Amino acid sequence: MATDPIHQFQIHRLIPIEIGGLDLSFTNSSLFMVVTAGLAAGFLYWSTSGRGLIPGRLQSVSELFYEFVAGMLRDSAGSQGMRFFPFVFALFMFVLLANLIGLIPYFFTVTSHIIVTFSLAITVTAVVMGYGIYKHGLSWFAVFKPSGVPPAVAPFVILIEVISFLSRPISHSVRLFANMLAGHVTLKVFAGFVVSLSALGAVGVGGAILPLLMTVALTALELIVAVLQAYVFAILTCMYLNDAVHPHH
Amino acid sequence: MPADEKRSASTAPPAAGADAVPPGEWERRRQDLGERLATRRVNQPKVSEKGSPTMQGMAQGMRLGSEFVGGVLVGGGIGFLIDHFAGTMPIALIIFLMLGFAAGVLNVVRSVQGDKSRSVTMANTESSKSATSDGPGGA
Repeated sequence: MATDPIHQFQIHRLIPIEIGGLDLSFTNSSLFMVVTAGLAAGFLYWSTSGRGLIPGRLQSVSELFYEFVAGMLRDSAGSQGMRFFPFVFALFMFVLLANLIGLIPYFFTVTSHIIVTFSLAITVTAVVMGYGIYKHGLSWFAVFKPSGVPPAVAPFVILIEVISFLSRPISHSVRLFANMLAGHVTLKVFAGFVVSLSALGAVGVGGAILPLLMTVALTALELIVAVLQAYVFAILTCMYLNDAVHPHH
Repeated sequence: MPADEKRSASTAPPAAGADAVPPGEWERRRQDLGERLATRRVNQPKVSEKGSPTMQGMAQGMRLGSEFVGGVLVGGGIGFLIDHFAGTMPIALIIFLMLGFAAGVLNVVRSVQGDKSRSVTMANTESSKSATSDGPGGA
């Protein structure tokens, strides 16, 4: 059981709660979501509490995060997109910290569950549609009709555009989920080799060095993937939000 | 201790040797820094903050793959649902699978084009940025 690569993704009920037949238990997944959000908020609050004109080390880190996300959003969605800054910044920090916390042994990876990433992605799509319709009215639906399309093929093009739009939350969520799941399974499989090989005596212990080296290398790779996927998630959110702000492309 | 009183009463930043700075010096330095930042911010978007080429390639590969699969899945799903409720089992599934395929290709093409044309749109947003305030709570 200790080397079962899927075991790490199991969800346990910590505090069983049931309301109206719905299982709303506080699980280990919920616990790590709370920890992630609390850690992100706590770090930012704590590191910026000094409010120094000349930032210290921790304040510099917070300001780097701010500048990074602000630059990303401004490049993708323009200055009008900056009203979504709190949303994008919260998403980025949550995904980044959830990915990084998941790398610590015995910790649960929230973003390796598709329901979590999908709810984040569908929230982005809901914000894009909701804000677009609120701001531009029904003319926002012109986003589905590219300019200069001959009327004969317009129905097909619009249908394809609608499917393309609807596929966004899926590709957006599957990318993050699949990266985290695959990475953690690979890591666990190689770490399992170390355990099962070292049970074979002296030769096995010698041979176990190879998968151990692999595990070390994979851990470094996973660190890159964790940061990179948070970045990709955030930049795609910015690009989708661009459609809400500027529907006529 | 008159020197200590003077230091605690002054509002200068807690840098060492704050007494040595003449009164208008901080104002002048701040203006100088503001000017230098202003000239630097104009050039800033040209410098991309992306990672190394290999990291970028890996991210792009994953993105294009899921982009394409997402289109096919959603197209097939819509077709299946229409069939399920209209009772025309294979017809809409086939049609919408084709449309989903097209949407997947469109996603991929658009995603690649977006990478290339982002530098162009950046120049457009740069001109409008100076007119409006660009803080997060600005609008």
